[in-house]
Amino acid sequence: MLALNNYLILSAILFSIGTIGVLVRRNAIVIFMCIELMLNAVNLTLISFSHYLGSIDGQVFVFFIMTVAAAEAAVGLALMIAFYKNRESIDVEDVNMLKL
Amino acid sequence: METIAIPAINLAPIMPEIILSCIAMLLLLVNVFVPSESKGYLGVLSLVGLVATAASVVSGWGQPVAAFGGAVQLDNFAVFFKLIFICSAALAILISDKYVVREEINHGELYPLILFATVGMMLMACGMDLMVIFLGLEVLSISLYVLAGFNRGSLKSNEAGLKYFLLGAFSTGFLLYGMALTYGATGSTKIGNIAGFVATNPQVATNSLFVVGMLLIAVGFSFKTAAAPFHMWTPDVYEGAPTPITAFMSAGPKAAAFAAFIRVMIVAFPTLKHDWTDLLWILAVLTMTVGNIIALSQDNIKRMLAYSSIAHAGYALVGFTACNPEGVAGILFYMLSYTFMNIGAFAVIVLIGKKGEANGNVQDFAGLGQKRPLLAAILCVFLFSLAGIPPTAGFVGKFYLFSAAIKSGYIWLAIIGVLNSAASVYYYLRVMVYMYFKPSEEDFDWVGMTPAIAVCLLLCVATTLVLGVVPGTVLELAQKAVQF
Amino acid sequence: MLGAYLPILVLVVIACLFGLGSVVFSSLIGQKKPSKVKLQPYECGCEPVGTARERFSIKFYLIAMLFILFDIEAVFLYPWAVLFKRLGTFGLIEMGVFIVILFVGYVYVWKKGALEWE
Repeated sequence: MLALNNYLILSAILFSIGTIGVLVRRNAIVIFMCIELMLNAVNLTLISFSHYLGSIDGQVFVFFIMTVAAAEAAVGLALMIAFYKNRESIDVEDVNMLKL
Repeated sequence: METIAIPAINLAPIMPEIILSCIAMLLLLVNVFVPSESKGYLGVLSLVGLVATAASVVSGWGQPVAAFGGAVQLDNFAVFFKLIFICSAALAILISDKYVVREEINHGELYPLILFATVGMMLMACGMDLMVIFLGLEVLSISLYVLAGFNRGSLKSNEAGLKYFLLGAFSTGFLLYGMALTYGATGSTKIGNIAGFVATNPQVATNSLFVVGMLLIAVGFSFKTAAAPFHMWTPDVYEGAPTPITAFMSAGPKAAAFAAFIRVMIVAFPTLKHDWTDLLWILAVLTMTVGNIIALSQDNIKRMLAYSSIAHAGYALVGFTACNPEGVAGILFYMLSYTFMNIGAFAVIVLIGKKGEANGNVQDFAGLGQKRPLLAAILCVFLFSLAGIPPTAGFVGKFYLFSAAIKSGYIWLAIIGVLNSAASVYYYLRVMVYMYFKPSEEDFDWVGMTPAIAVCLLLCVATTLVLGVVPGTVLELAQKAVQF
Repeated sequence: MLGAYLPILVLVVIACLFGLGSVVFSSLIGQKKPSKVKLQPYECGCEPVGTARERFSIKFYLIAMLFILFDIEAVFLYPWAVLFKRLGTFGLIEMGVFIVILFVGYVYVWKKGALEWE
């Protein structure tokens, strides 16, 4: 079997890819996908710890993160649609009315 | 097949959350089943619900009870914070009544969303399990994303919602990763068990998983409390969101983030105290300074108050850095007074504003002192309190926070705090100068006071002054609330 | 260490062979009677008009989002179903409360008209 470390390193890499994606990408939907990647990296961490520690808590946590992420996605995409309707773009460069 | 023994379920500690969730769901259904143009009755119903919840919260004072295997704990600390949240929700509902009609966003969903946000905040304050804290935070955040973008037709509100959503979800990612690593290092998500594990295995303090986990949790909460350098979202979101929602966001959710932050740090990470107080020292200084300096150059009053709210988070962080009972009691007191003084100031902004969030600049307050002397005087009370000038609640709060810092030996931190506080007087006074010494360029398009806003202003002025003149009782309660 | 994954590798190989085999054998030994309908990309009644990069109506988004919201909640039903007998009446009541809360959301969505196509 693979050791705990391998899973932790994999999820750390996924988390970093997500973080970098959020910082460098300009499309709101892509940014949101990167955030989802971060959350799934967290899920992987929790699952591997749960398996390693023999404690069920981590898996329960993952269930909650999954459902919350779905609710967040619904709200986030709705906000993007509202923005798109008024602005005809979801490029974060255009999210600039409030900048000084 | 044997049945699983179900432990005794004690619903009493989460009764406030249950009551408020039921009321919010009821309002959601009433909103779609009762066709009515005016949604004011929903506001009245939600206020009734908040009063019932407050009654249920108060009954938990003085007798800490844990439930759900220690995942939830209703102690004085939670009770005090829950009352702050309920006050902020009630005041926000009082000022939104007029605003939603003016901006033509009179959708009934506003009220259930505010109530759901309050449920989330209350869960954060009484959560003793990282899972419960996370769920509370998300119930709060998801409601707030919608509320920030509530004015669908306004591009500014769309932007505020979208920005808040993207940055909020981003910070949640950090918080969760921190929680996952802490769970991995200690084997539990319950903060009581984490503390127990650390006490019996002191070597875990050098475990990099544990330390990184603590740091990421601190970063996540710093985002939520809008502490510099994680404050970038605040001004944009506060400026773009509907004014009553901005008022709500600056008071309740900020206090909720502090409640969870304080509990997690003090209960779960006592062994790393020296590390995180050093970190908080830097955060506090940065937050106060950045907030105040940028606020100096703001013309839009909502934006100015946004930066001022960053600075106020910095003052609260001073008390947190001190990390003694006085400091935490100071935060409790300060958050309570900040709720009243800040929402009061926003109530005046709602009154002055015109459709489409126009009239939101400092210059638009010119001549208010002559035209509406009473309203101007009321705004002055709030501004004095925000600036920390006696005899107002803001002064007492700051005094206790800074003296707690001195007591813990953070002399320089207290000096920086006082200097910052002095600098902040400039931009609050600037509004007063406009009100009293500049002639108004145009006539006030006076839409008139509504009973709801009048009640809100009255409550806010009274509380700000009473807490400033006779703070004794409330301070005593705050000190009794410092127990985890 | 990686030996544990050998069965999965075998399964992947068999699956690939099976897929390839079916296509190759049917093209080698099957009869060929091409007709216009059969040669269309989708044989199931959808007429392929216009480009595939067409924009979807926003209505699809709403339905999809509602589906995901209610669908993901089912994740809580699985562990409950597995332990249904051992959790007894208590579990049943708890799940009832959960479903009622979901139902409130459903009624709201329904009355709000989000499920109407037009």
